[in-house]
Amino acid sequence: MRRLRVFLCALSALAFLALSALAADKPVLKWGGDSEGNVPYMFMDPRDDKIMIGFEIDIVNALAERMGMTPQFVHNGWDNLIPGLNLGLYDIALSGLEITPEHKEEVDFSLPYYKTFLQLVVQRGNPVRINSLEDCVGKRIGTLKQSYAFFTLVDAGVDEIRTYDNEINAYQDMAHDRLDAVLMDSPIAIFYAGFNTDLEFVGEPIGEIDYGIPVRKGNTELLDKLNAALVSIRDDGTLRGIYDRWNMWTPVMAKFFNDDSPARFGPDKFSAWAEYQRQGMTLIQRFERYVGFLPTFGKAAVVTLEVSVCAMSLAIVLGLLLAITRLFAPKILSRLATAYIEIVRGTPVLIQLFFIFYGLPNIGIKLSPFMAGVIGLGMNYAAYEAENYRAGLMAVPRAQMEGALALGMDKRQALRYVVIPQAVRVSLPPVTNDFISLLKDSSLVSMITLIDLTKAYGQLANTYYDYFGIGIMVAVIYFLLGLPFVRLARYTERRLAVAIRGNRSGKHGRDTTLRPASYHN
Amino acid sequence: MTNAAVPLIQVKNLRKSYEDGATILKGVSIDIEEGDLVSIIGPSGCGKSTFLRCLNCLEYIDSGTISIAGVTVSRSLEEEEKDLDFDKKFLDACHRMRQEVGMVFQSFNLFPHKTVLENIMMAPMVVKHVREDDAKKQGLELLDKVGLSNFADKYPVTMSGGQTQRAAIARALAMQPKVMLYDEPTSALDPELVGEVLQVMKNLDRDGMTQVVVTHQMNFAREASDYIVFMHGGEIIEKEDGDVLFTQPKDSRTQSFLRHLNGVTY
Repeated sequence: MRRLRVFLCALSALAFLALSALAADKPVLKWGGDSEGNVPYMFMDPRDDKIMIGFEIDIVNALAERMGMTPQFVHNGWDNLIPGLNLGLYDIALSGLEITPEHKEEVDFSLPYYKTFLQLVVQRGNPVRINSLEDCVGKRIGTLKQSYAFFTLVDAGVDEIRTYDNEINAYQDMAHDRLDAVLMDSPIAIFYAGFNTDLEFVGEPIGEIDYGIPVRKGNTELLDKLNAALVSIRDDGTLRGIYDRWNMWTPVMAKFFNDDSPARFGPDKFSAWAEYQRQGMTLIQRFERYVGFLPTFGKAAVVTLEVSVCAMSLAIVLGLLLAITRLFAPKILSRLATAYIEIVRGTPVLIQLFFIFYGLPNIGIKLSPFMAGVIGLGMNYAAYEAENYRAGLMAVPRAQMEGALALGMDKRQALRYVVIPQAVRVSLPPVTNDFISLLKDSSLVSMITLIDLTKAYGQLANTYYDYFGIGIMVAVIYFLLGLPFVRLARYTERRLAVAIRGNRSGKHGRDTTLRPASYHN
Repeated sequence: MTNAAVPLIQVKNLRKSYEDGATILKGVSIDIEEGDLVSIIGPSGCGKSTFLRCLNCLEYIDSGTISIAGVTVSRSLEEEEKDLDFDKKFLDACHRMRQEVGMVFQSFNLFPHKTVLENIMMAPMVVKHVREDDAKKQGLELLDKVGLSNFADKYPVTMSGGQTQRAAIARALAMQPKVMLYDEPTSALDPELVGEVLQVMKNLDRDGMTQVVVTHQMNFAREASDYIVFMHGGEIIEKEDGDVLFTQPKDSRTQSFLRHLNGVTY
């Protein structure tokens, strides 16, 4: 239960949602989105990193209000928003999800809430002369993974497509001359490239993009409610107001909503953000900003630490069982343990995590993101720990086992009181090493909706366009997190080392390695 | 004293081969009375260590019968075929056998992660569930008996070979065995440390402990043993009083072995 609370606590980095959820006992509208850096869709307020802002947040709030529900946000990576929806992590999703035939195979979509197009952006002066999709062939083009722009580039026969997880990296890479052009949704281009004086917009609008809100297939009740609310906020001008304030009202939208009236609101939300981008910062301001990140990083660090410690505990226990099974159990069990170790070590941990989180529900096993993360990482690391222990067990002279057996202990007692305590001393350094490694690998849990240190770094860096300073900050935090464990392990090693040195063996000693075969029988 | 008619150790037709097919013991039989100190000598590879290890089941016998202080371990093809549960019963008997028999190794095998006293206390507490106070009391008495009163809290690695081996004897005695087995207990020791270990064994003999010693210490074998067993090629060749064996060996193999010893080490 405590763990659950901490997990929820981490999510309350999005405190405004937690607050609004507490405000009323209205039914909850769980919605999924990618909290990492999608200006203007959804992003941390640069002035207060505890608040998420963006036009989609405004839309969700308006829709929920119209539906008489309380919105509750669930983070998930953009790639996984639709699988997460079908898994039941949330009931709708908003994150610039395009209504495409591929998507429609998996989910049902609401009416489009925004219509836009793809925008080509190139380096200032257009040095390689790209003005259309056709010009992109043979050039280095960047875009977002699995996006409509990506498939458009593929269809156009562009063969050198570089895909990115977030937009800022793509535009920065072009500024650094690693790309010739970037093709992305127009709002992204406006917000991410519009302020960069090294870049320039070229060409006509390309393609046609409809953003829709997916619901699980067959969930017609929710879909109808959603569409009704959507029509309602469109017809009374609420939606238009949101687009005005974010500077997203375009001729395309005017045509789509059949509304050529002048703007009702100034683009204040856009301007606030734009002004923020133009500001220079003094060192002190910058330092104050970093200090301001500490609560966010603190919460994320708790998630990282909890996942790592729980996963490592699991790995240590399960690894020991595996090692002992492999060494001492009857042949068939021993083979099974070996097979487990080989298979788990031989496949990527990310695939294992996805399999556990998104795959297992197909056979009825649904795990919370935290549990899935701990089990996935724990089971993976158990394979490595098992090998560490095996090395440790093999390093204990076989004579130790015999000494214990000769005193009347049974095999289990001999292992527990004599062999394992000595093996632990040998295994400790590599186990510590693995824990540090796990601390970093735990960043993979951000792929299954948890907000850990790496995810928090992505969110902040993307909001502030600052991968450098924040990057150093998060590196230091990871380092500091691992440090106490390294120290503890060193200390334990030193203490345990007292007795083990110079373990004598006889001049005519037998094979002194622990050879389990003769204990099988 | 138990019934004098039943020897404390009875071994009948013990056979043992290794997995590679080499036969180590070719039907060894011997009776050893309670209180005896018996030395086993013989050339390398004659099977004397294997024989000793069979007595407390560190090696499992292929066939034959061992009875020690009322516990019997026996094995034969018929038994194995007849009794589906044989393996379990056999291992069970081995486990009980080990509790009656103490063993001292050439390489000491003290547990390096425990102090001397903890080494001695461990088995009684783990196996017999003796209370910690009682185990400690007994441990200190045993350390006194082997002349190591001041070493209770030392780690094995800090001690000399002779001290370590005496601690190992005390550790084996803590389980109150009926029989003590020694597998070349002084072979890993510097010559000047051999005496202190042998003295402990002589003291135990005086107290009436039954002891079987595989040894290369011919002087010890000759003067301290009640009799000597000479093994060769997996068989017992002679079982004889020490003085007689050394002066008037009957078998040509014994003669050859002793001639060799005299030429090389003596």
